[in-house]
Amino acid sequence: MPEATASDNGSGGVQIDLFSGNRMANLTSMEKIRLILDGVRDGNIVILEEGLSPDEESKLIEVTMAEISPDEFNGIEIETYPRSQTADQSFLDRLMGRQSTQKLTVIGPANQIQTLHKDENLISALVSRK
Amino acid sequence: MGLLTDLRDSISRVVDRLFSESEPKRIGIYGPPNAGKTTLANRIARDWTGDAIGPESHIPHETRRARRKENVEIERNGKKVTIDIVDTPGVTTKVDYKEFLEHDMEKDDAVRRSREATEGVAEAMHWLREDVDGVIYVLDSTKDPISQVNTMLIGIIESQDLPVLIFANKIDLEESNVERITNAYPQHETVELSALEGENMDEVYAKIAEYFA
Repeated sequence: MPEATASDNGSGGVQIDLFSGNRMANLTSMEKIRLILDGVRDGNIVILEEGLSPDEESKLIEVTMAEISPDEFNGIEIETYPRSQTADQSFLDRLMGRQSTQKLTVIGPANQIQTLHKDENLISALVSRK
Repeated sequence: MGLLTDLRDSISRVVDRLFSESEPKRIGIYGPPNAGKTTLANRIARDWTGDAIGPESHIPHETRRARRKENVEIERNGKKVTIDIVDTPGVTTKVDYKEFLEHDMEKDDAVRRSREATEGVAEAMHWLREDVDGVIYVLDSTKDPISQVNTMLIGIIESQDLPVLIFANKIDLEESNVERITNAYPQHETVELSALEGENMDEVYAKIAEYFA
């Protein structure tokens, strides 16, 4: 997937940041989380070509909770295609607690994004302006 | 994280569990807000120790700090286990203090409650990665179980190789649909119950003794 940024903030639109798997692969877990939360706190919708690992998802929730503040930031909305079942994991992956991150993930500010529909092939979301 | 660090951590987790057989198992009760986690924790604690763990309420995030009941001995069908029950706040990715205003709270109280809730969820997530030996995942059987938070949490629990039992709570309610839960998470055993009414608690205790012993 190409890495792209569509920006129309000057006219009150919604910016969408799409991060390629390659871009994220070179980042540490905390760098990924920072990148996501900085974007979302600016009011952007962040789309990851490849999602986060379970450990990173857990840390994303933890850091999000630490940053919630009244009348400023009330958290994130996150949607991912259903994770493929563990049957396709290798024994080593299971032993090490690793799971495939081959899944597109959409993350946005909780007060701006509302999921309308999700199934194995489609995430449909309504994004409102601030 | 590097390959060697991953491997070392994984081996360390396994070794820790092997050598902690005689210690009480720390069983975290996780799930979304208002699934009945505290009601269940209180039911278990009362049945086996005579004491409750914490207050129950229909207001979301009544449990804002994890509460622990230590050394709860559960025995069923010849199997016996001693556990520390850790009742955790409902996990979510968002907390808006304005939701609490709908429950006749003043703004200051609502803000304080939301701050405590966020701290509690962060703490619960941290413990899930570091400090629990098994998980009871409580779902409200009247609601759709396939939410992003549930899917993520169960994925996180699986990645830790923690034993997990899914409890389909609130079967006393007419809208209860346990099948939706068994279909959503077929890789885990689901036990139906009503923590409020005490329905099916014999099977609940049998499964706890079987899974966590």
